[in-house]
Amino acid sequence: VEPISLFSRLYKRPFNEAFEETPMLVAVLTYVGYGVLTLFGYLRDFMRQWKIEKCQNATEREEQKDFVPLYQDFENFYTRNLYMRIRDSWNRPICSVPGAKVDMMERVSHDYNWTFTYTGRVIKDIINMGSYNYLGFAQKAGTCQEAAAKVLSQYGAGVCSTRQEMGNLDKHEELEKLVARFLGVESAMAYGMGFATNSMNIPALVGKGCLILSDELNHASLVLGARLSGATIRIFKHNNMQSLEKLLKDAIVHGQPRTRRPWKKILILVEGIYSMEGSIVRLPEVIALKKKYKSYLYLDEAHSIGALGPSGRGVVDYFGLNPEDVDIMMGTFTKSFGAAGGYIGGKKELIDYLRTYSHSAVYATSMSPPVVEQIITSVKCIMGEDGTTVGKARVQQLAENTRYFRRRLKEMGFIIYGNEDSPVVPLMLYMPAKIGAFGREMLKRNIGVVVVGFPATPIIESRARFCLSAAHTKEMLDRVSVSSGLSFAHAFYKQIQQLFFCRLVQCLVHKLLNLMFKVL
Amino acid sequence: MDIKNLKNYLYWLFCQFELITCSYLMEPWEKVLFYTFNIAMLFMVLYTAYIYVSIHISTAFQFCLHLLGNQHENAVSIVK
Repeated sequence: VEPISLFSRLYKRPFNEAFEETPMLVAVLTYVGYGVLTLFGYLRDFMRQWKIEKCQNATEREEQKDFVPLYQDFENFYTRNLYMRIRDSWNRPICSVPGAKVDMMERVSHDYNWTFTYTGRVIKDIINMGSYNYLGFAQKAGTCQEAAAKVLSQYGAGVCSTRQEMGNLDKHEELEKLVARFLGVESAMAYGMGFATNSMNIPALVGKGCLILSDELNHASLVLGARLSGATIRIFKHNNMQSLEKLLKDAIVHGQPRTRRPWKKILILVEGIYSMEGSIVRLPEVIALKKKYKSYLYLDEAHSIGALGPSGRGVVDYFGLNPEDVDIMMGTFTKSFGAAGGYIGGKKELIDYLRTYSHSAVYATSMSPPVVEQIITSVKCIMGEDGTTVGKARVQQLAENTRYFRRRLKEMGFIIYGNEDSPVVPLMLYMPAKIGAFGREMLKRNIGVVVVGFPATPIIESRARFCLSAAHTKEMLDRVSVSSGLSFAHAFYKQIQQLFFCRLVQCLVHKLLNLMFKVL
Repeated sequence: MDIKNLKNYLYWLFCQFELITCSYLMEPWEKVLFYTFNIAMLFMVLYTAYIYVSIHISTAFQFCLHLLGNQHENAVSIVK
Protein backbone atom coordinates (compact mmCIF):
# COMPACT_ATOMS: atom_id res chain seq x y z
CA VAL A 1 0.00 0.00 0.00
CA GLU A 2 2.90 2.35 0.79
CA PRO A 3 4.23 2.87 -2.76
CA ILE A 4 0.70 3.71 -3.93
CA SER A 5 0.40 6.53 -1.41
CA LEU A 6 3.76 7.86 -2.61
CA PHE A 7 2.29 8.15 -6.09
CA SER A 8 -1.19 9.27 -5.13
CA ARG A 9 -0.26 12.93 -5.56
CA LEU A 10 0.14 12.18 -9.30
CA TYR A 11 -3.55 11.42 -9.70
CA LYS A 12 -5.86 14.40 -10.17
CA ARG A 13 -9.02 12.28 -9.83
CA PRO A 14 -9.92 9.12 -7.89
CA PHE A 15 -8.82 5.90 -9.55
CA ASN A 16 -11.45 3.25 -8.81
CA GLU A 17 -10.56 -0.13 -10.11
CA ALA A 18 -11.82 -3.41 -8.75
CA PHE A 19 -11.36 -7.05 -9.66
CA GLU A 20 -13.56 -8.82 -7.16
CA GLU A 21 -12.23 -12.20 -6.24
CA THR A 22 -14.08 -15.28 -7.41
CA PRO A 23 -16.30 -16.55 -4.57
CA MET A 24 -15.02 -19.94 -3.41
CA LEU A 25 -18.33 -21.73 -3.97
CA VAL A 26 -18.59 -20.37 -7.50
CA ALA A 27 -15.06 -21.53 -8.33
CA VAL A 28 -15.81 -25.02 -7.00
CA LEU A 29 -19.06 -25.23 -8.96
CA THR A 30 -17.31 -24.04 -12.12
CA TYR A 31 -14.77 -26.83 -11.78
CA VAL A 32 -17.67 -29.28 -11.20
CA GLY A 33 -19.23 -28.10 -14.47
CA TYR A 34 -15.95 -28.45 -16.36
CA GLY A 35 -15.45 -31.89 -14.77
CA VAL A 36 -18.84 -33.12 -15.97
CA LEU A 37 -18.19 -31.79 -19.48
CA THR A 38 -14.74 -33.42 -19.52
CA LEU A 39 -16.23 -36.81 -18.57
CA PHE A 40 -18.83 -36.52 -21.29
CA GLY A 41 -16.06 -35.38 -23.65
CA TYR A 42 -14.14 -38.59 -22.99
CA LEU A 43 -17.33 -40.60 -23.51
CA ARG A 44 -18.01 -38.94 -26.85
CA ASP A 45 -14.40 -39.35 -27.97
CA PHE A 46 -14.60 -43.05 -27.08
CA MET A 47 -17.78 -43.41 -29.09
CA ARG A 48 -16.23 -41.59 -32.06
CA GLN A 49 -13.11 -43.76 -31.86
CA TRP A 50 -15.11 -46.99 -31.84
CA LYS A 51 -17.42 -45.77 -34.62
CA ILE A 52 -20.55 -45.90 -32.42
CA GLU A 53 -21.10 -42.26 -33.38
CA LYS A 54 -20.38 -40.44 -36.63
CA CYS A 55 -17.19 -38.39 -36.38
CA GLN A 56 -17.83 -34.87 -37.64
CA ASN A 57 -14.59 -33.15 -36.70
CA ALA A 58 -11.25 -33.28 -38.45
CA THR A 59 -9.21 -36.46 -37.98
CA GLU A 60 -6.09 -37.87 -39.53
CA ARG A 61 -6.44 -40.04 -42.61
CA GLU A 62 -6.07 -43.82 -42.38
CA GLU A 63 -2.54 -43.66 -43.87
CA GLN A 64 -1.46 -41.13 -41.23
CA LYS A 65 -2.57 -43.09 -38.18
CA ASP A 66 1.04 -43.91 -37.20
CA PHE A 67 2.32 -40.35 -37.59
CA VAL A 68 2.61 -37.84 -34.75
CA PRO A 69 -0.96 -37.27 -33.56
CA LEU A 70 -2.41 -33.91 -34.58
CA TYR A 71 -5.63 -33.71 -32.61
CA GLN A 72 -4.89 -35.19 -29.23
CA ASP A 73 -3.84 -32.11 -27.27
CA PHE A 74 -6.03 -30.24 -24.81
CA GLU A 75 -6.89 -27.44 -27.25
CA ASN A 76 -8.43 -29.87 -29.72
CA PHE A 77 -10.24 -31.80 -26.98
CA TYR A 78 -11.66 -28.52 -25.71
CA THR A 79 -12.73 -27.44 -29.22
CA ARG A 80 -14.41 -30.77 -30.04
CA ASN A 81 -16.28 -31.25 -26.79
CA LEU A 82 -16.87 -27.88 -25.13
CA TYR A 83 -16.60 -25.17 -27.77
CA MET A 84 -18.81 -27.00 -30.29
CA ARG A 85 -21.69 -27.14 -27.82
CA ILE A 86 -21.85 -23.35 -27.40
CA ARG A 87 -20.53 -22.33 -30.81
CA ASP A 88 -23.75 -20.63 -31.90
CA SER A 89 -22.92 -17.54 -29.77
CA TRP A 90 -20.00 -16.63 -32.05
CA ASN A 91 -19.52 -15.81 -35.73
CA ARG A 92 -23.09 -14.58 -36.02
CA PRO A 93 -23.53 -12.92 -39.41
CA ILE A 94 -24.86 -9.37 -39.31
CA CYS A 95 -26.35 -7.66 -42.32
CA SER A 96 -26.53 -3.98 -41.52
CA VAL A 97 -24.26 -1.22 -40.22
CA PRO A 98 -23.14 -2.12 -36.66
CA GLY A 99 -24.57 0.93 -34.92
CA ALA A 100 -26.58 0.97 -31.73
CA LYS A 101 -29.00 -1.49 -33.35
CA VAL A 102 -28.08 -4.13 -35.87
CA ASP A 103 -29.81 -6.70 -38.09
CA MET A 104 -28.73 -10.29 -37.90
CA MET A 105 -29.32 -13.26 -40.14
CA GLU A 106 -31.12 -16.03 -38.36
CA ARG A 107 -29.46 -19.43 -38.41
CA VAL A 108 -30.36 -22.77 -36.93
CA SER A 109 -28.44 -25.95 -36.36
CA HIS A 110 -30.00 -29.39 -36.56
CA ASP A 111 -26.96 -31.36 -35.43
CA TYR A 112 -25.94 -29.48 -32.28
CA ASN A 113 -23.77 -26.76 -33.83
CA TRP A 114 -21.68 -28.90 -36.17
CA THR A 115 -23.36 -27.28 -39.20
CA PHE A 116 -25.57 -24.20 -39.54
CA THR A 117 -28.29 -23.38 -42.05
CA TYR A 118 -29.85 -19.98 -42.66
CA THR A 119 -33.60 -19.84 -42.36
CA GLY A 120 -33.68 -16.80 -44.64
CA ARG A 121 -35.24 -14.60 -41.99
CA VAL A 122 -33.46 -11.45 -40.78
CA ILE A 123 -33.80 -10.53 -37.10
CA LYS A 124 -34.15 -6.76 -37.09
CA ASP A 125 -33.13 -4.12 -34.55
CA ILE A 126 -31.03 -6.14 -32.15
CA ILE A 127 -29.46 -3.88 -29.51
CA ASN A 128 -25.78 -4.09 -30.26
CA MET A 129 -23.67 -4.43 -27.12
CA GLY A 130 -20.75 -6.13 -28.83
CA SER A 131 -19.44 -3.74 -31.49
CA TYR A 132 -16.58 -1.38 -30.69
CA ASN A 133 -18.55 1.71 -31.51
CA TYR A 134 -17.69 3.95 -28.56
CA LEU A 135 -18.67 7.29 -30.09
CA GLY A 136 -21.35 5.99 -32.40
CA PHE A 137 -19.61 6.87 -35.67
CA ALA A 138 -20.69 3.60 -37.30
CA GLN A 139 -23.53 5.16 -39.23
CA LYS A 140 -24.90 4.83 -42.73
CA ALA A 141 -26.12 8.43 -42.92
CA GLY A 142 -24.60 11.69 -41.73
CA THR A 143 -21.67 13.99 -42.51
CA CYS A 144 -19.04 11.22 -42.26
CA GLN A 145 -20.87 8.97 -44.68
CA GLU A 146 -21.48 11.80 -47.19
CA ALA A 147 -17.85 12.87 -47.15
CA ALA A 148 -16.70 9.26 -47.56
CA ALA A 149 -19.09 8.74 -50.49
CA LYS A 150 -17.77 11.89 -52.19
CA VAL A 151 -14.16 10.72 -51.80
CA LEU A 152 -15.17 7.27 -53.06
CA SER A 153 -16.47 8.82 -56.28
CA GLN A 154 -13.28 10.87 -56.56
CA TYR A 155 -10.53 8.39 -55.68
CA GLY A 156 -12.18 4.97 -55.99
CA ALA A 157 -11.89 2.24 -53.38
CA GLY A 158 -8.45 0.69 -53.91
CA VAL A 159 -4.99 2.23 -53.71
CA CYS A 160 -3.14 -0.59 -55.51
CA SER A 161 0.22 0.10 -53.94
CA THR A 162 2.18 0.39 -50.73
CA ARG A 163 2.95 3.68 -48.96
CA GLN A 164 6.52 3.74 -50.20
CA GLU A 165 5.76 3.05 -53.86
CA MET A 166 2.73 4.75 -55.39
CA GLY A 167 0.25 4.55 -52.54
CA ASN A 168 0.94 7.79 -50.72
CA LEU A 169 -2.14 9.93 -51.36
CA ASP A 170 -2.58 13.57 -50.36
CA LYS A 171 -5.44 12.28 -48.22
CA HIS A 172 -2.95 10.26 -46.18
CA GLU A 173 -0.77 13.32 -45.60
CA GLU A 174 -3.83 15.32 -44.54
CA LEU A 175 -4.90 12.54 -42.18
CA GLU A 176 -1.49 12.28 -40.56
CA LYS A 177 -1.23 16.02 -39.92
CA LEU A 178 -4.72 15.96 -38.43
CA VAL A 179 -4.01 12.97 -36.19
CA ALA A 180 -0.79 14.58 -34.96
CA ARG A 181 -2.72 17.74 -34.07
CA PHE A 182 -5.46 15.70 -32.38
CA LEU A 183 -3.02 13.80 -30.18
CA GLY A 184 -0.75 16.75 -29.41
CA VAL A 185 2.39 15.14 -30.86
CA GLU A 186 4.84 16.34 -33.48
CA SER A 187 4.06 13.83 -36.19
CA ALA A 188 2.01 10.70 -36.88
CA MET A 189 1.78 7.90 -39.41
CA ALA A 190 -1.31 5.91 -40.33
CA TYR A 191 -1.48 2.24 -41.37
CA GLY A 192 -4.17 0.16 -43.01
CA MET A 193 -4.62 -2.40 -40.21
CA GLY A 194 -4.54 -1.96 -36.44
CA PHE A 195 -3.12 -5.41 -35.67
CA ALA A 196 -0.39 -4.92 -38.27
CA THR A 197 0.51 -1.53 -36.77
CA ASN A 198 1.62 -3.23 -33.56
CA SER A 199 3.06 -6.41 -34.96
CA MET A 200 5.01 -4.74 -37.76
CA ASN A 201 6.33 -1.65 -35.98
CA ILE A 202 7.64 -3.05 -32.72
CA PRO A 203 10.25 -5.10 -34.64
CA ALA A 204 11.34 -1.86 -36.33
CA LEU A 205 11.85 -0.13 -33.00
CA VAL A 206 13.58 -2.77 -30.88
CA GLY A 207 15.82 -5.70 -31.71
CA LYS A 208 18.28 -8.12 -30.12
CA GLY A 209 19.95 -6.69 -27.05
CA CYS A 210 16.90 -4.66 -26.07
CA LEU A 211 14.50 -5.39 -23.25
CA ILE A 212 10.71 -5.34 -23.53
CA LEU A 213 8.65 -5.11 -20.34
CA SER A 214 5.16 -6.12 -21.27
CA ASP A 215 1.99 -6.25 -19.20
CA GLU A 216 0.58 -9.69 -18.36
CA LEU A 217 -2.66 -9.11 -20.24
CA ASN A 218 -1.40 -7.38 -23.37
CA HIS A 219 -3.15 -7.93 -26.66
CA ALA A 220 -2.02 -10.61 -29.11
CA SER A 221 -0.72 -7.96 -31.55
CA LEU A 222 1.68 -6.55 -28.95
CA VAL A 223 2.83 -10.03 -27.96
CA LEU A 224 3.39 -10.99 -31.60
CA GLY A 225 5.29 -7.78 -32.32
CA ALA A 226 7.47 -8.29 -29.23
CA ARG A 227 8.26 -11.88 -30.17
CA LEU A 228 9.01 -11.01 -33.80
CA SER A 229 11.47 -8.33 -32.75
CA GLY A 230 13.87 -10.78 -31.12
CA ALA A 231 14.28 -8.69 -27.96
CA THR A 232 14.17 -10.21 -24.46
CA ILE A 233 10.66 -10.08 -23.05
CA ARG A 234 9.82 -9.88 -19.35
CA ILE A 235 6.27 -9.80 -18.06
CA PHE A 236 5.03 -7.74 -15.13
CA LYS A 237 1.78 -8.35 -13.27
CA HIS A 238 -1.27 -6.63 -14.65
CA ASN A 239 -1.27 -2.91 -13.85
CA ASN A 240 1.05 -3.60 -10.91
CA MET A 241 3.59 -0.81 -10.53
CA GLN A 242 5.62 -2.56 -7.83
CA SER A 243 6.19 -5.49 -10.19
CA LEU A 244 7.20 -3.12 -12.99
CA GLU A 245 9.57 -1.20 -10.73
CA LYS A 246 11.21 -4.41 -9.55
CA LEU A 247 11.78 -5.52 -13.16
CA LEU A 248 13.20 -2.13 -14.10
CA LYS A 249 15.56 -2.16 -11.12
CA ASP A 250 16.75 -5.68 -11.96
CA ALA A 251 17.27 -4.69 -15.58
CA ILE A 252 19.38 -1.66 -14.71
CA VAL A 253 21.38 -3.41 -11.99
CA HIS A 254 22.04 -6.75 -13.68
CA GLY A 255 22.00 -5.81 -17.38
CA GLN A 256 21.88 -8.48 -20.09
CA PRO A 257 21.80 -12.12 -18.90
CA ARG A 258 25.27 -13.50 -19.67
CA THR A 259 27.44 -10.58 -20.60
CA ARG A 260 26.14 -8.12 -17.95
CA ARG A 261 26.26 -5.34 -20.53
CA PRO A 262 23.63 -2.61 -20.16
CA TRP A 263 20.49 -3.05 -22.22
CA LYS A 264 20.44 -1.06 -25.47
CA LYS A 265 16.85 0.03 -24.93
CA ILE A 266 14.16 -0.74 -22.40
CA LEU A 267 10.64 -0.50 -23.83
CA ILE A 268 7.54 -0.70 -21.63
CA LEU A 269 4.45 -1.97 -23.48
CA VAL A 270 1.10 -1.03 -21.96
CA GLU A 271 -2.41 -0.51 -23.22
CA GLY A 272 -4.78 2.37 -22.47
CA ILE A 273 -7.81 0.21 -21.75
CA TYR A 274 -7.44 -3.56 -21.51
CA SER A 275 -10.39 -4.90 -23.41
CA MET A 276 -10.92 -8.14 -21.50
CA GLU A 277 -10.69 -6.61 -18.03
CA GLY A 278 -12.00 -3.11 -18.58
CA SER A 279 -9.09 -1.72 -16.57
CA ILE A 280 -7.25 1.51 -17.29
CA VAL A 281 -3.46 1.68 -17.11
CA ARG A 282 -1.93 3.61 -14.20
CA LEU A 283 -0.34 6.04 -16.60
CA PRO A 284 0.98 8.71 -14.15
CA GLU A 285 2.91 6.06 -12.25
CA VAL A 286 4.22 4.41 -15.42
CA ILE A 287 5.48 7.76 -16.69
CA ALA A 288 7.12 8.53 -13.34
CA LEU A 289 8.87 5.14 -13.40
CA LYS A 290 9.89 5.56 -17.03
CA LYS A 291 11.51 8.91 -16.28
CA LYS A 292 13.25 7.59 -13.16
CA TYR A 293 14.77 4.56 -14.91
CA LYS A 294 15.25 6.22 -18.34
CA SER A 295 13.26 3.77 -20.45
CA TYR A 296 10.79 4.22 -23.30
CA LEU A 297 7.02 3.89 -23.20
CA TYR A 298 4.82 2.40 -25.93
CA LEU A 299 1.18 3.11 -25.21
CA ASP A 300 -1.43 1.20 -27.18
CA GLU A 301 -4.60 3.27 -27.07
CA ALA A 302 -6.71 0.96 -29.22
CA HIS A 303 -9.75 1.12 -26.97
CA SER A 304 -9.14 4.36 -25.12
CA ILE A 305 -8.65 6.90 -27.94
CA GLY A 306 -11.92 8.79 -28.35
CA ALA A 307 -13.48 6.94 -25.43
CA LEU A 308 -11.71 8.49 -22.44
CA GLY A 309 -10.90 12.01 -21.44
CA PRO A 310 -12.97 15.17 -21.28
CA SER A 311 -12.20 16.00 -24.91
CA GLY A 312 -11.96 12.42 -26.15
CA ARG A 313 -8.20 12.44 -26.68
CA GLY A 314 -7.57 9.22 -24.83
CA VAL A 315 -5.97 8.11 -21.61
CA VAL A 316 -3.34 10.88 -21.63
CA ASP A 317 -6.15 13.43 -21.64
CA TYR A 318 -8.05 11.43 -18.98
CA PHE A 319 -5.18 11.76 -16.51
CA GLY A 320 -4.32 15.31 -17.59
CA LEU A 321 -0.76 14.44 -18.60
CA ASN A 322 1.58 15.78 -21.27
CA PRO A 323 1.48 13.79 -24.53
CA GLU A 324 5.17 14.40 -25.02
CA ASP A 325 5.90 12.16 -22.01
CA VAL A 326 4.73 9.10 -23.94
CA ASP A 327 7.41 8.21 -26.47
CA ILE A 328 5.28 6.17 -28.84
CA MET A 329 1.51 6.69 -28.87
CA MET A 330 -0.19 4.00 -30.89
CA GLY A 331 -3.88 3.66 -31.49
CA THR A 332 -6.48 2.30 -33.85
CA PHE A 333 -9.20 3.92 -35.89
CA THR A 334 -11.41 0.86 -35.68
CA LYS A 335 -13.03 1.49 -32.34
CA SER A 336 -14.04 5.10 -31.83
CA PHE A 337 -13.85 6.44 -35.39
CA GLY A 338 -15.95 3.88 -37.23
CA ALA A 339 -13.20 3.12 -39.75
CA ALA A 340 -10.28 0.68 -39.93
CA GLY A 341 -6.56 1.03 -39.43
CA GLY A 342 -4.02 2.21 -36.90
CA TYR A 343 -1.64 5.05 -36.27
CA ILE A 344 1.58 5.75 -34.42
CA GLY A 345 2.36 9.22 -33.09
CA GLY A 346 5.51 10.64 -31.59
CA LYS A 347 8.55 12.78 -32.31
CA LYS A 348 9.29 13.71 -35.91
CA GLU A 349 12.57 11.73 -36.03
CA LEU A 350 10.79 8.61 -34.80
CA ILE A 351 8.01 8.83 -37.38
CA ASP A 352 10.44 9.60 -40.22
CA TYR A 353 12.42 6.53 -39.18
CA LEU A 354 9.26 4.42 -39.19
CA ARG A 355 8.29 5.67 -42.65
CA THR A 356 11.46 4.08 -43.96
CA TYR A 357 11.94 1.03 -41.77
CA SER A 358 8.46 -0.23 -40.85
CA HIS A 359 7.42 -3.49 -42.53
CA SER A 360 3.91 -2.15 -42.84
CA ALA A 361 5.03 0.91 -44.80
CA VAL A 362 7.17 -1.17 -47.16
CA TYR A 363 4.91 -4.15 -47.81
CA ALA A 364 1.33 -3.43 -46.76
CA THR A 365 -1.20 -1.67 -48.95
CA SER A 366 -2.05 1.80 -47.72
CA MET A 367 -5.42 2.80 -46.37
CA SER A 368 -8.39 3.04 -48.67
CA PRO A 369 -9.45 6.69 -49.45
CA PRO A 370 -13.10 6.53 -48.25
CA VAL A 371 -11.89 5.08 -44.95
CA VAL A 372 -9.35 7.91 -44.66
CA GLU A 373 -12.09 10.45 -45.26
CA GLN A 374 -14.30 8.82 -42.61
CA ILE A 375 -11.49 9.19 -40.10
CA ILE A 376 -10.78 12.79 -41.08
CA THR A 377 -14.43 13.75 -40.72
CA SER A 378 -14.88 11.96 -37.41
CA VAL A 379 -11.69 13.42 -35.89
CA LYS A 380 -12.77 16.90 -36.94
CA CYS A 381 -16.17 16.21 -35.40
CA ILE A 382 -14.62 15.14 -32.08
CA MET A 383 -12.33 18.17 -32.01
CA GLY A 384 -15.27 20.44 -32.78
CA GLU A 385 -13.69 21.82 -35.95
CA ASP A 386 -16.71 21.07 -38.11
CA GLY A 387 -18.58 23.87 -36.37
CA THR A 388 -20.94 21.75 -34.27
CA THR A 389 -20.84 20.44 -30.71
CA VAL A 390 -21.83 16.93 -31.81
CA GLY A 391 -18.42 15.48 -30.97
CA LYS A 392 -18.30 16.89 -27.45
CA ALA A 393 -21.89 15.80 -26.85
CA ARG A 394 -20.98 12.25 -27.90
CA VAL A 395 -17.96 12.11 -25.60
CA GLN A 396 -20.09 13.27 -22.67
CA GLN A 397 -22.91 10.88 -23.56
CA LEU A 398 -20.47 7.96 -23.53
CA ALA A 399 -19.16 8.94 -20.09
CA GLU A 400 -22.73 9.19 -18.76
CA ASN A 401 -23.72 5.86 -20.29
CA THR A 402 -20.65 4.22 -18.75
CA ARG A 403 -21.39 5.47 -15.24
CA TYR A 404 -25.09 4.66 -15.45
CA PHE A 405 -24.69 1.17 -16.88
CA ARG A 406 -21.97 0.12 -14.47
CA ARG A 407 -23.98 1.37 -11.51
CA ARG A 408 -27.12 -0.44 -12.69
CA LEU A 409 -25.34 -3.76 -13.13
CA LYS A 410 -23.58 -3.50 -9.77
CA GLU A 411 -26.88 -2.75 -8.05
CA MET A 412 -28.35 -5.89 -9.59
CA GLY A 413 -25.64 -7.91 -7.90
CA PHE A 414 -23.41 -8.87 -10.82
CA ILE A 415 -19.64 -9.01 -10.50
CA ILE A 416 -18.20 -6.39 -12.84
CA TYR A 417 -14.48 -6.06 -13.42
CA GLY A 418 -12.46 -3.00 -14.22
CA ASN A 419 -12.33 0.73 -13.76
CA GLU A 420 -15.43 2.84 -13.05
CA ASP A 421 -14.79 5.02 -16.11
CA SER A 422 -14.05 2.45 -18.77
CA PRO A 423 -16.72 1.87 -21.45
CA VAL A 424 -15.74 -1.81 -21.66
CA VAL A 425 -17.87 -3.66 -19.09
CA PRO A 426 -16.97 -7.32 -18.40
CA LEU A 427 -19.74 -9.15 -16.56
CA MET A 428 -18.49 -12.33 -14.93
CA LEU A 429 -20.24 -15.58 -15.81
CA TYR A 430 -17.68 -18.17 -14.62
CA MET A 431 -19.56 -21.38 -15.51
CA PRO A 432 -19.28 -22.86 -19.00
CA ALA A 433 -23.01 -23.51 -19.43
CA LYS A 434 -23.76 -19.90 -18.52
CA ILE A 435 -21.61 -18.70 -21.43
CA GLY A 436 -23.88 -20.48 -23.91
CA ALA A 437 -27.08 -19.74 -21.99
CA PHE A 438 -26.33 -16.02 -21.65
CA GLY A 439 -25.58 -15.58 -25.35
CA ARG A 440 -28.71 -17.45 -26.41
CA GLU A 441 -31.10 -15.89 -23.93
CA MET A 442 -29.95 -12.37 -24.74
CA LEU A 443 -30.45 -13.05 -28.46
CA LYS A 444 -33.97 -14.31 -27.71
CA ARG A 445 -34.59 -10.94 -26.06
CA ASN A 446 -33.14 -9.13 -29.12
CA ILE A 447 -29.83 -8.10 -27.56
CA GLY A 448 -26.49 -9.07 -29.08
CA VAL A 449 -23.61 -9.57 -26.67
CA VAL A 450 -20.11 -10.98 -26.95
CA VAL A 451 -19.35 -13.76 -24.49
CA VAL A 452 -15.77 -14.82 -23.93
CA GLY A 453 -14.47 -18.16 -22.70
CA PHE A 454 -11.35 -20.16 -22.25
CA PRO A 455 -8.46 -19.35 -24.55
CA ALA A 456 -9.06 -15.59 -24.29
CA THR A 457 -9.60 -15.60 -20.51
CA PRO A 458 -8.44 -17.89 -17.65
CA ILE A 459 -10.46 -21.08 -17.63
CA ILE A 460 -12.78 -20.31 -14.72
CA GLU A 461 -13.14 -16.58 -15.43
CA SER A 462 -15.38 -16.54 -18.46
CA ARG A 463 -17.35 -13.35 -18.99
CA ALA A 464 -19.75 -11.40 -21.13
CA ARG A 465 -18.24 -8.18 -22.45
CA PHE A 466 -20.47 -5.17 -23.07
CA CYS A 467 -19.03 -2.36 -25.21
CA LEU A 468 -20.98 0.80 -24.54
CA SER A 469 -21.60 3.42 -27.16
CA ALA A 470 -22.59 7.06 -27.25
CA ALA A 471 -25.39 5.95 -29.57
CA HIS A 472 -27.06 3.87 -26.84
CA THR A 473 -30.00 5.56 -25.18
CA LYS A 474 -30.87 5.20 -21.51
CA GLU A 475 -33.86 3.01 -22.20
CA MET A 476 -31.71 0.67 -24.32
CA LEU A 477 -29.33 0.31 -21.38
CA ASP A 478 -32.26 -0.32 -19.03
CA ARG A 479 -33.54 -3.06 -21.32
CA VAL A 480 -30.10 -4.65 -21.45
CA SER A 481 -29.62 -4.67 -17.68
CA VAL A 482 -33.09 -6.09 -17.04
CA SER A 483 -32.56 -8.78 -19.66
CA SER A 484 -29.17 -9.66 -18.14
CA GLY A 485 -30.92 -10.20 -14.84
CA LEU A 486 -33.45 -12.51 -16.44
CA SER A 487 -30.91 -14.51 -18.43
CA PHE A 488 -30.09 -16.91 -15.61
CA ALA A 489 -26.73 -15.34 -14.82
CA HIS A 490 -28.37 -13.26 -12.16
CA ALA A 491 -27.21 -12.40 -8.66
CA PHE A 492 -26.44 -16.01 -7.81
CA TYR A 493 -23.15 -14.91 -6.33
CA LYS A 494 -24.40 -12.26 -3.94
CA GLN A 495 -27.20 -14.54 -2.85
CA ILE A 496 -24.74 -17.29 -2.08
CA GLN A 497 -22.58 -14.95 -0.05
CA GLN A 498 -25.49 -13.85 2.06
CA LEU A 499 -26.98 -17.28 2.10
CA PHE A 500 -28.47 -18.44 5.35
CA PHE A 501 -27.04 -21.88 4.73
CA CYS A 502 -23.44 -20.65 4.89
CA ARG A 503 -24.08 -18.72 8.12
CA LEU A 504 -25.79 -21.73 9.64
CA VAL A 505 -22.86 -23.97 8.77
CA GLN A 506 -20.43 -21.48 10.30
CA CYS A 507 -22.46 -21.28 13.55
CA LEU A 508 -22.70 -25.05 13.77
CA VAL A 509 -18.97 -25.44 13.26
CA HIS A 510 -18.26 -22.91 16.01
CA LYS A 511 -20.64 -24.62 18.41
CA LEU A 512 -19.16 -28.03 17.68
CA LEU A 513 -15.64 -26.76 18.34
CA ASN A 514 -16.72 -25.24 21.66
CA LEU A 515 -18.38 -28.48 22.69
CA MET A 516 -15.28 -30.47 21.82
CA PHE A 517 -13.09 -28.18 23.90
CA LYS A 518 -15.46 -28.53 26.85
CA VAL A 519 -15.56 -32.30 26.66
CA LEU A 520 -11.81 -32.78 26.38
CA MET B 1 -50.27 -16.48 -5.81
CA ASP B 2 -47.90 -18.17 -3.40
CA ILE B 3 -48.02 -21.41 -5.40
CA LYS B 4 -47.09 -19.51 -8.57
CA ASN B 5 -44.12 -17.85 -6.80
CA LEU B 6 -43.06 -21.19 -5.41
CA LYS B 7 -43.30 -22.82 -8.82
CA ASN B 8 -41.24 -20.01 -10.39
CA TYR B 9 -38.68 -20.31 -7.65
CA LEU B 10 -38.40 -24.08 -8.11
CA TYR B 11 -38.09 -23.65 -11.88
CA TRP B 12 -35.33 -21.08 -11.33
CA LEU B 13 -33.54 -23.50 -8.98
CA PHE B 14 -33.80 -26.27 -11.55
CA CYS B 15 -32.37 -23.96 -14.22
CA GLN B 16 -29.45 -23.06 -11.94
CA PHE B 17 -28.83 -26.79 -11.37
CA GLU B 18 -28.87 -27.36 -15.14
CA LEU B 19 -26.43 -24.50 -15.71
CA ILE B 20 -24.03 -25.48 -12.94
CA THR B 21 -23.78 -29.14 -13.95
CA CYS B 22 -23.77 -28.20 -17.65
CA SER B 23 -26.70 -30.48 -18.43
CA TYR B 24 -28.13 -27.43 -20.27
CA LEU B 25 -25.55 -28.09 -22.97
CA MET B 26 -26.01 -31.82 -23.29
CA GLU B 27 -27.89 -33.62 -26.01
CA PRO B 28 -31.06 -35.41 -24.82
CA TRP B 29 -29.53 -38.89 -24.59
CA GLU B 30 -26.60 -37.47 -22.57
CA LYS B 31 -29.10 -35.78 -20.24
CA VAL B 32 -30.92 -39.08 -19.73
CA LEU B 33 -27.64 -40.80 -18.86
CA PHE B 34 -26.59 -38.00 -16.50
CA TYR B 35 -29.90 -37.73 -14.67
CA THR B 36 -30.21 -41.51 -14.36
CA PHE B 37 -26.76 -41.68 -12.79
CA ASN B 38 -27.50 -38.76 -10.43
CA ILE B 39 -30.90 -40.06 -9.34
CA ALA B 40 -29.51 -43.58 -8.81
CA MET B 41 -26.71 -42.16 -6.62
CA LEU B 42 -29.15 -40.01 -4.66
CA PHE B 43 -31.49 -42.93 -4.11
CA MET B 44 -28.67 -45.13 -2.86
CA VAL B 45 -27.47 -42.43 -0.45
CA LEU B 46 -30.97 -41.89 0.94
CA TYR B 47 -31.56 -45.62 1.30
CA THR B 48 -28.28 -46.08 3.16
CA ALA B 49 -29.12 -43.13 5.38
CA TYR B 50 -32.56 -44.52 6.13
CA ILE B 51 -31.16 -47.92 7.19
CA TYR B 52 -27.98 -46.97 9.00
CA VAL B 53 -28.19 -43.41 10.31
CA SER B 54 -30.76 -44.13 13.06
CA ILE B 55 -28.64 -47.01 14.40
CA HIS B 56 -25.49 -44.84 14.26
CA ILE B 57 -27.19 -41.94 16.07
CA SER B 58 -28.52 -44.11 18.89
CA THR B 59 -25.10 -45.79 19.32
CA ALA B 60 -23.34 -42.42 19.35
CA PHE B 61 -25.86 -41.03 21.83
CA GLN B 62 -25.31 -44.00 24.17
CA PHE B 63 -21.54 -43.53 23.89
CA CYS B 64 -21.79 -39.81 24.74
CA LEU B 65 -24.02 -40.51 27.71
CA HIS B 66 -21.54 -43.12 28.94
CA LEU B 67 -18.67 -40.60 28.65
CA LEU B 68 -20.55 -37.79 30.42
CA GLY B 69 -21.80 -40.22 33.04
CA ASN B 70 -18.22 -41.30 33.80
CA GLN B 71 -17.05 -37.68 34.05
CA HIS B 72 -19.88 -36.76 36.34
CA GLU B 73 -19.03 -39.69 38.61
CA ASN B 74 -15.31 -38.76 38.68
CA ALA B 75 -16.07 -35.10 39.46
CA VAL B 76 -18.45 -36.11 42.22
CA SER B 77 -15.89 -38.49 43.78
CA ILE B 78 -13.15 -35.77 43.83
CA VAL B 79 -15.43 -33.24 45.49
CA LYS B 80 -16.37 -35.80 48.08
